[in-house]
Amino acid sequence: MIAELGHFALILALVLSLVQAVVPMVGAHRNRLALMGVGRPAARGQFVMLLLAYACLTWAFIQSDFSVRLVAVNSHTDTPLIYKITGVWGNHEGSLLLWALALSGWTLAVTLFSRHLPEAFMARVVGVLGWVSAGFISFTLFTSNPFERLLPAAAQGRDLNPLLQDPGMIIHPPLLYMGYVGFSVAFAFAIAALLTGRLDAAWARWSRPWTTVAWVFLTAGITVGSGWAYYELGWGGWWFWDPVENASFMPWLLGTALIHSLAVTEKRGAFRSWTVLLAIGAFSLSLLGTFLVRSGVITSVHAFATDPARGLFILALLVLVIGVSLVLFAWRAPRLSGGGSFGLVSRESTLLGNNVLLAVACAAVLLGTLYPLFMDALNMGKISVGPPYFESTFVPLMTPVLVLMMIGPFVRWKGDDGGRVGRVLWASGLASVLVGGGVALAIDHVTWRTVLGLSLAAWIVLASLQLLARRLGERPGTPAGHRLRGIPAAWWGMWLAHLGVGVFTIGVTLVGSLEQDLDVKMREGQSAQLAGYTFTFGGAARLPGPNYDADRALVTVTRGDRLVASLTPEKRVYRAQGMPMTEAAIDIGPLRDVYVSLGDQIEPGAWIVSLHYRPFISWIWAGCLLMGLGGVLAALDRRYRKLAARDAASPASAAAQAG
Amino acid sequence: MKPRSKRLLLLAGAVSLLVGAVALVLTAFQENLVFFHTPSEVAEGKAPQGRPFRVGGMVEAGSIRREADGLTVSFVITDMVKTVPVTYRGTLPDLFQEGKGAVVQGSLGPDGRFTATEVLAKHDENYMPVEAQYALDSAQMKKAAESLQQ
Repeated sequence: MIAELGHFALILALVLSLVQAVVPMVGAHRNRLALMGVGRPAARGQFVMLLLAYACLTWAFIQSDFSVRLVAVNSHTDTPLIYKITGVWGNHEGSLLLWALALSGWTLAVTLFSRHLPEAFMARVVGVLGWVSAGFISFTLFTSNPFERLLPAAAQGRDLNPLLQDPGMIIHPPLLYMGYVGFSVAFAFAIAALLTGRLDAAWARWSRPWTTVAWVFLTAGITVGSGWAYYELGWGGWWFWDPVENASFMPWLLGTALIHSLAVTEKRGAFRSWTVLLAIGAFSLSLLGTFLVRSGVITSVHAFATDPARGLFILALLVLVIGVSLVLFAWRAPRLSGGGSFGLVSRESTLLGNNVLLAVACAAVLLGTLYPLFMDALNMGKISVGPPYFESTFVPLMTPVLVLMMIGPFVRWKGDDGGRVGRVLWASGLASVLVGGGVALAIDHVTWRTVLGLSLAAWIVLASLQLLARRLGERPGTPAGHRLRGIPAAWWGMWLAHLGVGVFTIGVTLVGSLEQDLDVKMREGQSAQLAGYTFTFGGAARLPGPNYDADRALVTVTRGDRLVASLTPEKRVYRAQGMPMTEAAIDIGPLRDVYVSLGDQIEPGAWIVSLHYRPFISWIWAGCLLMGLGGVLAALDRRYRKLAARDAASPASAAAQAG
Repeated sequence: MKPRSKRLLLLAGAVSLLVGAVALVLTAFQENLVFFHTPSEVAEGKAPQGRPFRVGGMVEAGSIRREADGLTVSFVITDMVKTVPVTYRGTLPDLFQEGKGAVVQGSLGPDGRFTATEVLAKHDENYMPVEAQYALDSAQMKKAAESLQQ
């Protein structure tokens, strides 16, 4: 009964999304306020319906209602409650429902927080979001109905994939989806702007906070996913250039370009066509990511479904979105020319350089991810593109990005003197090369990669401090506390995010240079050495968990006479699927992680144990955290709210409302 | 400098940046492609010597053997027509089992033994690596085609 209620709510949501897609658009076209006004209540109703549908599905999972096929396949009466709830999105159908719910949530937020926007513009934004929503809900209903019944009902469920029974998996998909879906708001703003022909600084200002928030979610989602892969897959790696990771990384790269390009459009009116293209691109890549991950064309833990109809549906949706928006762009873009001109040495040109490089990096990832699929589809042989390709392209592409990122804030808008910028930065540049080389010597790992990475990171950190000092020195005479408070949140956001990139670079460089691994066969009482630590194997014991049986080993880690940690890695077998799983144990520290995972028992009492030493890996997560925090600060800037109030009051927006 | 020549310089800079970046990407791409071959193709000598590639199929039942050090494993990958003997040193994925699909990456020695640097198995019970399934299917089809010709 509950499942039918959910199914019914989902159908109603589809109807409401179609209303939301069509009526406000017609209203905006014919300039009828009454029709435009339909968008908001339709969007809210749709949100309520989707929430109801989602709650019904969750209820079916909690109740272990195995007459619902999805529950029978992805849950079990012994599954811990939290994994029953998260199991809702640990599968294809449920995660689509979450996608639709997230989109609807974003739409709701737009209708609540953008009351000041001109009605006609708003109607188009809501309309575009309605179309996207209609596409996804019908995809869910017609190819992947989560409420499908299983008759006769199963006596017991097959349990959730053990890899997904993990705290990281509780938050990774929702964060990532909020990011993916969030770019649909930036997309809707861009399309609405193309439709109205209004693509000015005010438009950029409206879409900036939305885009930044979406970017924050995506950053957080990717970070959590990377952390999950690090401790759950048991190899001690944090990024594998797996197609699924790439699928989330591509929109991130374009999204990063987009938030910077939007800044230029707002401040200087330049890059307008480019900004619109990036908004279309970031959203298309989010859709492509969904297609890659959900269609089963790639080999991955995320590939739940291998139903060709589903892949075809998303592909059609993708072609439609890209096709329609590019046609619209080609039709309207000629009107967008103009904007402020800028000199060779100017903040605009540093941002332009970074935008181009980020787009090329994104294209490189796209090539490496899609080329094998094309080759396969055309029957030209099966190939794969491994991490070496991505690593050898990313280092040379990202090096100038980091340099430009660091120089950019020192350069004035419109035009600047190259000599002046050089005089400001040469000292910190020289100092960082010395620091980079010195640290590389000190850790006895002098390779060009290490020296380059450390020098760049040092320069970013030093230049950030320099930038802060200059900013504080801007208003001499006022008290320091006053000056600190005078700096807008958006500036702090930029500063923090850029500093985060520096911290991230330190982490990546040092993990890559100093990490050590050892696989050994161990019996009780035996020990092994790695990176100055002694690992002593204390044997393994059988231990039952709620829905699995584990062999839990005890490994004591000592350094000299000092006990560092007692680690208990596990090898689990999940009962329902008989699926083995490695549960690594990690001693996390600010300067290094010590990581132990348990392999197979090869003889009675003798186990294979994998030991990993990961210096500075926490700095990678810390860097990502700083970037995300920076994004949050930037989106919360008071300016957006103040200017929003002004836009609402100004006659210009009233005129736009009429037009 | 005149604004016009400045703009030209900026444009030239951007274009050369782009060209350089694209050249870099394509070179790296050429060098790092890893081809997949089925055991039958390896037996026919179609696989490259001295360059890494991938082989996939079933792990033959009863073929997994561990060396005395416990870390070096040897097994046989089969597409039910031809086989490739494989040696691997390291931790095997959780779902690596006899009679189940697997894909290995590495290179072929002159003695016909494949030294793997990476072993991929499936991610859950229902799932078969796409490439492993492909190896089995194409070997089956070839076999069927040959039996028709006779």
